[in-house]
Amino acid sequence: MSDHEYTPKSKAGKWFNDRLPLLTLRSHLSAYPTPKNLNYWWTFGGILTFCLLTQIITGVVLAMHYVAHADLAFASVEHIMRNVNYGWLIRYIHSNGASMFFLAVYIHIFRSLFYGSYKSPREVIWITGLLIYILMMATAFMGYVLPWGQMSFWGATVITSLFSAIPLVGESITTWLWGAYAVDNPTLNRFFSLHYLLPFLILGLVILHIWALHVPGNNNPIGIEIKKPSKDTVPFHPYITIKDIFALLMFMIIFAGFVFFSPNVLGHSDNYIPANPLVTPSHIVPEWYLLPFYAILRSVPDKLGGVILMFGSIFVLFALPWLDRSKVRSAIFRPIYRYFYWIFFANVLMLGYMGAMPAEGTYLLLARVGTTYYFLHFIVILPSLSSLEKTDPVPMSISEPVLSSGAESSLAKKDNEKI
Amino acid sequence: MKKFNLKKLALLVFTIIIFINPLYSAESGDLLKVKWSFKSLTGKFDRASLQRGFQVYKEVCSSCHSMQYLSYRNLGEPGGPEFSKEEVGIIAASIEIEDGPDSQGEMFARPGRPSDNFKSPYPNVNAATAANGGAYPPDMSVLVKARPGGADYIYSVLMGYEEPPAGMSLEDGVYYNKYMIGNKIKMASPLSDGIVEYTDASEATVDQMAKDVTTFLAWAAEPELEARHKTGIKVIIYLILLSILVYFSMKKIWSRIDSKV
Repeated sequence: MSDHEYTPKSKAGKWFNDRLPLLTLRSHLSAYPTPKNLNYWWTFGGILTFCLLTQIITGVVLAMHYVAHADLAFASVEHIMRNVNYGWLIRYIHSNGASMFFLAVYIHIFRSLFYGSYKSPREVIWITGLLIYILMMATAFMGYVLPWGQMSFWGATVITSLFSAIPLVGESITTWLWGAYAVDNPTLNRFFSLHYLLPFLILGLVILHIWALHVPGNNNPIGIEIKKPSKDTVPFHPYITIKDIFALLMFMIIFAGFVFFSPNVLGHSDNYIPANPLVTPSHIVPEWYLLPFYAILRSVPDKLGGVILMFGSIFVLFALPWLDRSKVRSAIFRPIYRYFYWIFFANVLMLGYMGAMPAEGTYLLLARVGTTYYFLHFIVILPSLSSLEKTDPVPMSISEPVLSSGAESSLAKKDNEKI
Repeated sequence: MKKFNLKKLALLVFTIIIFINPLYSAESGDLLKVKWSFKSLTGKFDRASLQRGFQVYKEVCSSCHSMQYLSYRNLGEPGGPEFSKEEVGIIAASIEIEDGPDSQGEMFARPGRPSDNFKSPYPNVNAATAANGGAYPPDMSVLVKARPGGADYIYSVLMGYEEPPAGMSLEDGVYYNKYMIGNKIKMASPLSDGIVEYTDASEATVDQMAKDVTTFLAWAAEPELEARHKTGIKVIIYLILLSILVYFSMKKIWSRIDSKV
């Protein structure tokens, strides 16, 4: 981090900086050498920071008006929508913001998978990222419970009941989580408390995530190590900041499209029916971003087995840097991995679709095939590719391919050039 | 500027949207489709229809269905039926509200005020259920948002009463409805020609009343809709203008080095 010495010009600045080197940090962040060939898939880190801050700010305001009580929660949400000034706007930003957050995080994760950003020396960035992702899922799930609609209640019932699959202590754990003998007011209260807490833990992890990033520096589309600073890099500010802002604006346009013109399309209409423990919805589905995992859960006939596979599907990602041992990072130079990458991507989409469908007949069969393939990809395909695949020659520096082909490493161009 | 990536991003977003859309509206099948004035990007409610719809709600629906999250003052607010202040006062005052306890600890009745919430026809859900043959008439505040298909669904159910198909036997107090999920409904067809007497020149046909009351319910569920659409247009225009400025700044900044953005 200290590859350049920074001394504040003013006396006061120097005095302060000697005691708390915030100005050094600022200077480091602004000069941070970044590969100049980063494409727009790299702008999602900034977009995600924006999403987190938006959720925290709108969430804090919502919490000022929300009442975490089983008898009052639904009414308090309607109060926010009808009586609080711009309450509808704040709530719709928050509820759609969750979906936008996941959209961005999935793009961010799949970018990492394509360009091999999880590989040495960036394993810790990958792991902190996964921890953030897990906390995000927990936060989003608990947030969805708070309006205390039918899907809130029954979603909470289904997910918390998963823990009852644990042998011997399962039932006790579930009761302990609920704070009652069913999902009820105590459950709602603790979910609210945790829903307020977790985003700040995420924020802490984000700082670690960025810190870990700043040690080796960014990966880049061609996935080679570059000298920093050099002709291959640009200072973070203003080059990357302006580009991130531009991408963020594009993202915000889509975001605003949902908030203002289709605010409920990503939610389930049943959640506008107040929670009723006596009426079960015809089918209970989680929010779209959890559907692939829901499909994996339901594809196993045994409850405990389903729970293990579902958690396993996330935990296997932690081992990814050691499962994929190929020295070449970017899929651009990995002709076979590239195909498997897209098959894997399609498979996850398919699992998501199956998660929304009833678990029967062809749907169930496809969900089982998808689940099997999901694990096959990580446990069999990636480790074998590491030794079997013949990778393409990798350029020595970023400037080289830029000069020789006049193109940057956009996926399509490289895809065509390869053959 | 690599158009390719943005295109791909747009494609991804698009795929996700069309992929998600049908998942949550799967049950809404073949509903009657109406060209609602409030559906488009700049959509607004038809004021006259809202006022007529309120009349239908008040004279027909409200004898069983509550609408507890609305206040009488909402009826006069911009983007709604926009009754005048006097009219809202009269509407509210025509309702008797139980208030209290007073200084003696007694509950008392008083005329409604615009700040009061809509009075529910039954004291609680159990009373409403018992009085309606075991089926709770759902609160109508957010009903349009609470059904797949939304306004089209409500309209379709109102229009969907038919003789049951041959061979289908219905118990007492159960009616056949073409669009209701399961085709059985415990509410008798609430509308018949001329059941309300419109104060404007419109004819109170079942179809007209169904459209009016559905419009009213759509507003009740989303009273912010007009403000939302108006603000949305401004926000998106602002974002587009800002991104044009940022785009050219970005080009300018990146022109300093031998790489393209």
